[in-house]
Amino acid sequence: MGYPHQPHLKETVVLSQYFGDAEARTYDGWVKRGGYQALEKALAMEPAQVIEIVKQSGLRGRGGAGFPAGVKWSFMPKEKKKPHYLCCNADESEPGTFKDREIMRWTPHGLIEGCAIAQYAIQAEVTYIYVRGEFTEPLRIMEGALAEAYRHGVLGPNAMGTGKRLDMYLHRGAGAYICGEETALMSSIEGRRGNPRIRPPFPAAYGVFGMPTTINNVETLASVPHIINRGGAWYKSLSLSHPKSTGTKLFSVCGNVKRPGNYEVTMGFPLGELIDELCGGVPDGRTLKACIPGGSSVPILNREESESCKLDYEGCVEQGTMLGSGGLIVFDDSADMVYQIMRLARFYAHESCAQCTQCREGTAWTVRILQRILAGQGEAKDLDLLLDLSEQMTGKTICVLSDSCAAPVVSGIKKFRGEFEAYINGTRRPRPVLVHA
Amino acid sequence: MADQPLVRLTIEGVPVSVPQGTLVIEAAKQAGVMIPHYCYHSGLPVAGVCRMCLVEIETTPKLQIACATQAAEGMVVNVLSAQAREARQGVLEFLLINHPLDCPICDQAGECELQDYVFQEGRSRTRYTPTYAKRFNPVEDFGGDVLYVPNRCILCTRCVRFMEHVAEEPILNVSERGDRAYIGIHPDRHLDHPWAGNVVDLCPVGSLLSKDFLHKARAWELDKTPGVCTGCSQGCNVNLDTRTDVVVRVRPRANLDVNQYFMCDHGRMQYRWMNRGDRIEAPLVAHGHELAAVSWDHAFARAAEIVRGTAGRAAVLASPRASTEALFLAKRVLGRFDLTAAFRVQRVSEEAPLIGVPNLALRSERAPNVTGATLLGYTEQFEVAVKALSGSAVVLVLDDPLEGVSADLLRAAGQVIYLGTVLPDAARAAHVVLPIANVAEEDGTFVNRDQRVQRYFQAKVGPGMARPAWWVLGELLAELKLGGPFGSAAEAFAWMAAEEPRFGGLSYQLLGTRGMVLPAGRPAGVGA
Ligand SMILES: Cc1cc2nc3c(=O)[nH]c(=O)nc-3n(C[C@H](O)[C@H](O)[C@H](O)COP(=O)(O)O)c2cc1C
Ligand code: SF4
Ligand code: SF4
Ligand code: FES
Repeated sequence: MGYPHQPHLKETVVLSQYFGDAEARTYDGWVKRGGYQALEKALAMEPAQVIEIVKQSGLRGRGGAGFPAGVKWSFMPKEKKKPHYLCCNADESEPGTFKDREIMRWTPHGLIEGCAIAQYAIQAEVTYIYVRGEFTEPLRIMEGALAEAYRHGVLGPNAMGTGKRLDMYLHRGAGAYICGEETALMSSIEGRRGNPRIRPPFPAAYGVFGMPTTINNVETLASVPHIINRGGAWYKSLSLSHPKSTGTKLFSVCGNVKRPGNYEVTMGFPLGELIDELCGGVPDGRTLKACIPGGSSVPILNREESESCKLDYEGCVEQGTMLGSGGLIVFDDSADMVYQIMRLARFYAHESCAQCTQCREGTAWTVRILQRILAGQGEAKDLDLLLDLSEQMTGKTICVLSDSCAAPVVSGIKKFRGEFEAYINGTRRPRPVLVHA
Repeated sequence: MADQPLVRLTIEGVPVSVPQGTLVIEAAKQAGVMIPHYCYHSGLPVAGVCRMCLVEIETTPKLQIACATQAAEGMVVNVLSAQAREARQGVLEFLLINHPLDCPICDQAGECELQDYVFQEGRSRTRYTPTYAKRFNPVEDFGGDVLYVPNRCILCTRCVRFMEHVAEEPILNVSERGDRAYIGIHPDRHLDHPWAGNVVDLCPVGSLLSKDFLHKARAWELDKTPGVCTGCSQGCNVNLDTRTDVVVRVRPRANLDVNQYFMCDHGRMQYRWMNRGDRIEAPLVAHGHELAAVSWDHAFARAAEIVRGTAGRAAVLASPRASTEALFLAKRVLGRFDLTAAFRVQRVSEEAPLIGVPNLALRSERAPNVTGATLLGYTEQFEVAVKALSGSAVVLVLDDPLEGVSADLLRAAGQVIYLGTVLPDAARAAHVVLPIANVAEEDGTFVNRDQRVQRYFQAKVGPGMARPAWWVLGELLAELKLGGPFGSAAEAFAWMAAEEPRFGGLSYQLLGTRGMVLPAGRPAGVGA
């Protein structure tokens, strides 16, 4: 197979089973591999039954927040008074995260099938799949698959020959990270500027076009056909540590490891083992210094924490961080944490939608302070100032982009204070950077 | 919301009851607490972006924004708790880091919500040190009367929301992201919407400025007097801002039943003539072909002599910009004549509505008291009245500018009494000229197109011996032993209310500053 790596023995290959298998991309290839049976099965059930199975499975959102998918679906009005919508969040722009891209590249029909099942379960007539603008190849593949699905009657006015109507559209983003935030994504689909909206009202009551809407991540939805096929109990049994974290999770590993890439493991898999065994460890002669387990938006773990971290929702919280999107960024002892944190902050400063004062001004100010420290002009009081600004940026804004900028700063200062101080007291050579955000 | 059930909550220790659905920021006003805010404005859809109104709600772990949180039964809201204050102090500090701090040259200084809240609860010193460059964008002319000073913008989006949801002409937006963001305007458009000037008032800081008012006066030098716009028959409530007897600006005064928080650009510009220098400053009486200045007593005696000494037909040519009181009293002066009472008004073909507010438009009738004049028996048959002048024993002109009426036409009438603010050429044919105050110089009322009677208040002193028309006509009536005199506009109004059934039961006290719809009139204002 052409895929970057053969599955490691310790991987639990569910979503990634056909990664690298070009034939699985086609409708025929997908059906040959058992595709669309789950959809057929689901369409023969009552929508509430489908939701019940997903609830049983313990599947939780893979987009970042980890909210139980079945519970989210059950928030949709039972009695349908207005059109319902499903949004599939394929905006995947979180630094260090590239799993949804592979799902779309290799198993587009799997995603379509998952969307169709969820759409049926929440009684939506339309699904919008919102694809990150830079994902030109995944978009092309999704377009091909969607056309095929319509051609073969999977979708359309008589989906799978059941007389039920299921429509699905691809919507291409225009390159803003914030459009991955669920309400911003909806604004963007509506043709407005992709700004997050204040909640309440929540999407289940007032979502895209003001209609009841459910939004899920690509990986969440792609897991659904497997759950329908093999049962909620099977999925729930996939759990190595905490019973509330079930199933498999794709981790996108990048940074200082020998074999970066996507790895699918059962929930609760030890982080240390993922880095050392599956990814081949940090480069020779180097030691692990830190990692960020959940995309760039979560607190940084130091070496000890990383080595004892179990990769599931609870395991990450136990170490003071979050599972997030499953983008695992690894730093070895050559990494300059001050610089790395500045780069992350700069990303958030660039992507802030500018609505909330704390986020608009705070992210940019944070970057300026970090750049000044790197340039050797920092002062001792700057670290307390950074912590105080981060406090002001946490828990006070419309969405959590602001908090996401603060998380690596706060944890970075806490865990790598020495590196900051080295720049400030002149024991480390200054590293001036361009001031632009 | 009136028939909504009430919920009880406690705000800063004060218990209040409000209809269900009321926002905490509004409920707080009932408790006497103004929660600091920027993006929130009662006349605009809620945005919840500035995060200034963060308050602590007991039992809710995170601070909540008061502008988007509904009051609930048993809620306990702490506005001044340390946690809430710190959060707002944080917002203020963030707002200032890119702000140019150019208050000394900013028109908004003194009425700036950024200044006010920083003074109230901000830090005394910035921590944005030592030498970071501030965001810079050059001043931009948005067209119409509006200048945009982006460096002072706090991106509250009030202006954007006004244009999008109230004017329904969405030509402003937030452009760019992060701290590079600024307010953008459609590249091919200007802020020339007839109601666009409201964005200047809505802007809580000095970012949107009126070109007309630019550098004219400092906010703290201004006196504000409640008035009614004279631009059309809508009757938008306004404040006249004066500095030492000069009107320098007209701005809307909130009245939910008439104009909410807004007024049109045409109305805003109706003030320069209030400062005219070419006013009549003394009563004048004809001596041969000359008008000579005399005392008020002399003038009243002469005018009374004219009224007493003739009989038959008479005419009143009145301006629909005159107060209801003056319109009423003018007819009383000529009560025993066979009277023709007429006015004329400029009418344009199109109204200019503010779409987002029901029943609010720049009306095609471009005078404030057409309804008052009509209710009091004046007709719009001005030309007919002018043609009949030659057979009239007495003509009383009440501030009509006499355009198109020649001195000869007037001379064809018997005797002419002219009450006016200025002296047009034709008025030189008058036998008596009585100088009156303009709308900024007197108290009075107008009746708007929805039959809402609204008071306006004296904002400055009139020139020389000019006096309010209600006073002048009251003295004349007293001289004629027909009524009056009046010590105040309220007294004149009271007499009218007693004599004119349509105004029965009303008084200045009842009218207050918001006005009232005439008892038998149809309901006026928003939602009608
Ligand atoms: C700034 C920001 C960016 C986000 N970007 C993404 C994204 O690219 N993809 C995604 O699935 N969720 C993203 N999320 C999370 C979504 O808001 C939402 O929680 C998620 O799509 C829900 O799906 P799930 O329940 O299946 O995880 C983002 C959230 C924030 C605050
Ligand atoms: S927190 Fe930042 S990104 Fe999120 S809505 Fe507010 S300004 Fe926009
Ligand atoms: S120009 Fe004024 S009203 Fe508009 S966003 Fe800026 S501060 Fe707010
Ligand atoms: S006033 Fe409430 S967020 Fe701006």
